[in-house]
Amino acid sequence: MIRYYTEDHEWIEVENDEATVGITDYAQGQLGDVVFVETPAAETILAKGDDAAVVESVKAASDVYAPVSGEVTDGNEALVDDPALVNNDPEGEGWFFKMKLTDTSELTALMDEDGYKEFIADL
Amino acid sequence: MNQRDLNQGRPSRIEGDIRATNDHKYSTYSGNKALMLEEPLIFEAGSLDKSGVDIDVITPDINRLGGLERNQTIGLPGLSESETVRHYTRLSRQNYAIDLGLFPLGSCTMKHNPRLNEKMARIAGFADIHPMQPISTVQGALELIDELAHWLKKLTGMPAVAMSPKAGAHGELCGILAIRAALEARGDAREVILVPESAHGTNPATAAFAGYRVEEIPATEGGRVDVAALEERLGPDVAGVMITNPNTCGLFEPDMRKISDLVHAAGGLVYCDGANFNAIVGRVRPGDLGIDAMHINLHKTFSTPHGGGGPGSGPVVLSEALAPYAPLPFVTKSKDYFTLIEEEQSTAVAGDTFGRMTAFHGQMGMFTRALSYIMSHGADGLKQVSEDAVLNANYILRSMDDVLDAPFGHSGPCMHEALFSDKGLADGFSTIDISKGLIDEGYHPMTMYFPLVVHGAMLVEPTETESKDAVDAFIGSFRNVVQKAIDGDNNLLQAPHFAPRARLDETSAARRPILVWNEPETAQAAE
Repeated sequence: MIRYYTEDHEWIEVENDEATVGITDYAQGQLGDVVFVETPAAETILAKGDDAAVVESVKAASDVYAPVSGEVTDGNEALVDDPALVNNDPEGEGWFFKMKLTDTSELTALMDEDGYKEFIADL
Repeated sequence: MNQRDLNQGRPSRIEGDIRATNDHKYSTYSGNKALMLEEPLIFEAGSLDKSGVDIDVITPDINRLGGLERNQTIGLPGLSESETVRHYTRLSRQNYAIDLGLFPLGSCTMKHNPRLNEKMARIAGFADIHPMQPISTVQGALELIDELAHWLKKLTGMPAVAMSPKAGAHGELCGILAIRAALEARGDAREVILVPESAHGTNPATAAFAGYRVEEIPATEGGRVDVAALEERLGPDVAGVMITNPNTCGLFEPDMRKISDLVHAAGGLVYCDGANFNAIVGRVRPGDLGIDAMHINLHKTFSTPHGGGGPGSGPVVLSEALAPYAPLPFVTKSKDYFTLIEEEQSTAVAGDTFGRMTAFHGQMGMFTRALSYIMSHGADGLKQVSEDAVLNANYILRSMDDVLDAPFGHSGPCMHEALFSDKGLADGFSTIDISKGLIDEGYHPMTMYFPLVVHGAMLVEPTETESKDAVDAFIGSFRNVVQKAIDGDNNLLQAPHFAPRARLDETSAARRPILVWNEPETAQAAE
């Protein structure tokens, strides 16, 4: 399994052509307490950059974009009842959705963990 | 997610044990603190099985309810008249209002509501008429609408105005629907509305509601629309742009004329959000900047009460290109008689209208107040209004120079509002702490965490209402609170100390909102 990061503060963990997507620890820290999450339904077709999910904190509502293209296979229902999972375990239990990738070559444009760390250090 | 959405750094959780308790060593039996009265909810104040009025029990001769009779109490609060009056008067004393003090809420233009306006609005011929009265009996009211329309057109340099929209966002919708109607009339259905980052938050919502796809245009380092990026995006699919000018960074868009020309050349139309008109009224005519539609918040620029204090009103001025599509109803005058055009097919003039947005003719009470304000100020007075509003904002901007970061302060004077960021505050301190500190100082906080383009934004709009002494007093309080945040004074994290309630837990309120009052037994049973 390999984990990639986007400049929009999403992480995507990939195994073969299946992936799990969430938002980064940095993102949840800046958002503050998350109070509402809407995840995509299975079978939703997403092109890279499409609005995929919504995350709302006490201060703002944000879109979560599809880091790569593919079809949603599962949305994390647990976040609906317990949005605090995004704050407590953003890169684990707080995942947003799973997807089947259409084109794994899109992953090459994303950052690895060290690259993302450098990226947020500059913000 | 957009970096912009994360650019706020607002802590929302109250860490550890620092919650203020507002404990004082001396307590009272009543829980009241002198004139600061504790007040229960109205349901808890009275008794549900009591009634404050005498109603005869009526036994109907014939029952037509067919078994649907109510078989339990309605559960209305039971208070006497004096108890009811006291309940609401006590609550009103916990409120903050422009009649109590400076109200620096940015982008809201919380200016004084002159009492003359109230006197005019209460004249029976305006206050006691009904929208379905015969036209011949409301000639004065129609003349007033026509007169106000004349001045709004004059002040904006635009040829037409739709008076019926009832608030700013309603006016935006009116403008965008007029743009849609004009484009469709020429057989040119377009799909995209461009909205800059510095626009009001309602703009993208309006465009989406009207069926357009919204695309964002970035801002420059100086906080203005990136004209090059806008020009590059224009094309045959772009219906128009929505630009707030002056924008939410409190800055004038100097390239507005150029932007309008570019959009028109690409076949699109220009919507301007006029919420910040107070900064330029009497000085700049939006019509000269090539704008096709702009709403005017009468409740901001022209001093009609708002912010929970009264209905808004958002007339929309329109260019020649959009005028034929204005919504119904509207007032016309022939010789000395005013008529309301109510039906789409009633005359040739109304043939192209996009339809009707409201049941009747708009907010009559607001029209009366706004016209009263315009006529009592006159052209020179309105010029003075914008000059003083801008002067007050710049005075605050420069008076905070040495303690607060003003991200666009270098780019020259601001317009009606001063924008600061949370840069330079001690670790663990943020904009929200400053806003809570201002409550202790006796001020309503400024607008915070908006616009999103600035980290921990604080947006302060004093308006022309305030004297130099009043602005100086506010600056003293503002500087005092900011200094505490710079010094890392932990007491500030517990503010407000002197409000009826300590710092509220916004997270729990959002995650587990309690929206309905339940009787204590029911509430317990539900747990």
